[in-house]
Amino acid sequence: MRHMIILRVVSKFLIPFILLFALYVQWHGDFGPGGGFQAGVIFAAGFILYALIFGVDLTRKEIPAWVTRTALVCGVLLYAGVGVAGMLMGGNFLSYSVLAHEPTHGQHLGILLVEVGVGITVAAAMITIFLTFAGKDR
Amino acid sequence: MGMMAATGLAVARLRNLFSVVMLGGIFSLLGAAVYVVLDAVDVAFTEAAVGAGISTVLMLGTLALTSSEEKVTPGHKSVGALIVVIVTGAVLIYGTLDMPRYGDPTAPINSHVAPRYLEQSPNETAVPNVVTSVLASYRGYDTLGETFVIFTAAIGVLALIGRGRRKRKPSSNSDGGDE
Repeated sequence: MRHMIILRVVSKFLIPFILLFALYVQWHGDFGPGGGFQAGVIFAAGFILYALIFGVDLTRKEIPAWVTRTALVCGVLLYAGVGVAGMLMGGNFLSYSVLAHEPTHGQHLGILLVEVGVGITVAAAMITIFLTFAGKDR
Repeated sequence: MGMMAATGLAVARLRNLFSVVMLGGIFSLLGAAVYVVLDAVDVAFTEAAVGAGISTVLMLGTLALTSSEEKVTPGHKSVGALIVVIVTGAVLIYGTLDMPRYGDPTAPINSHVAPRYLEQSPNETAVPNVVTSVLASYRGYDTLGETFVIFTAAIGVLALIGRGRRKRKPSSNSDGGDE
């Protein structure tokens, strides 16, 4: 699909908005529908669209394997780390109320961080799986 | 729902796997529409993004690795399988007869912990979207488990087919994949 100029131009135009929408879904999950899972999938969809149009090799140049693998681990560690941080600050595992001075602030912070962890992991996992599948026959 | 049933039947009848994958995406999109009708916007969002979007693309990637035509064994009648399916379906429908009506306020699902979440969530978490507060805070363990499931899926794919480029030695017969 490397010679279809309409697809190339339109996807180049769309991909920034897809990534922006993913970030909106991520950070707006507290107030409306959305959250880490959906945001991660949409974020990955942007990269997958890029890989479909411009090829896997170019995508791997933009986002190398070590980046996605590190992000994969970092997301899970962030989630679990928030839980451990709650333990260190005197609560139970994954109890966010102790993370800040006021329980509701702690809850807000904890939920935000946990959702970020979920988003990073989901996005990295989807990109990894797709690029592994698509790059296999080369 | 009728359209979902029609799509499911078409998936069972078709032999061209490319069409099956596309119909699978349509099936997920219809499912997302059903969730919107049921006022479950968060679930509909996930279904549309994951079911209709990513899984379709991943299935197409799988088709690119394998073949896109289903192998048909000629003269193979599957009466036994049909009977098993019909019996299972009948048992499932019989099971749903005992369930409370949809939206019944006295149903166990609406009287156990859901009212407490709905009443206390604004005070305890100060997050306006109750779905998010239940998902990330009250059910934090479950969501942690789900994240690990996705993590494990990616690790599994990497372990099974992800190491082709580095190990191109004649001895390697892709035998290094244990999950």
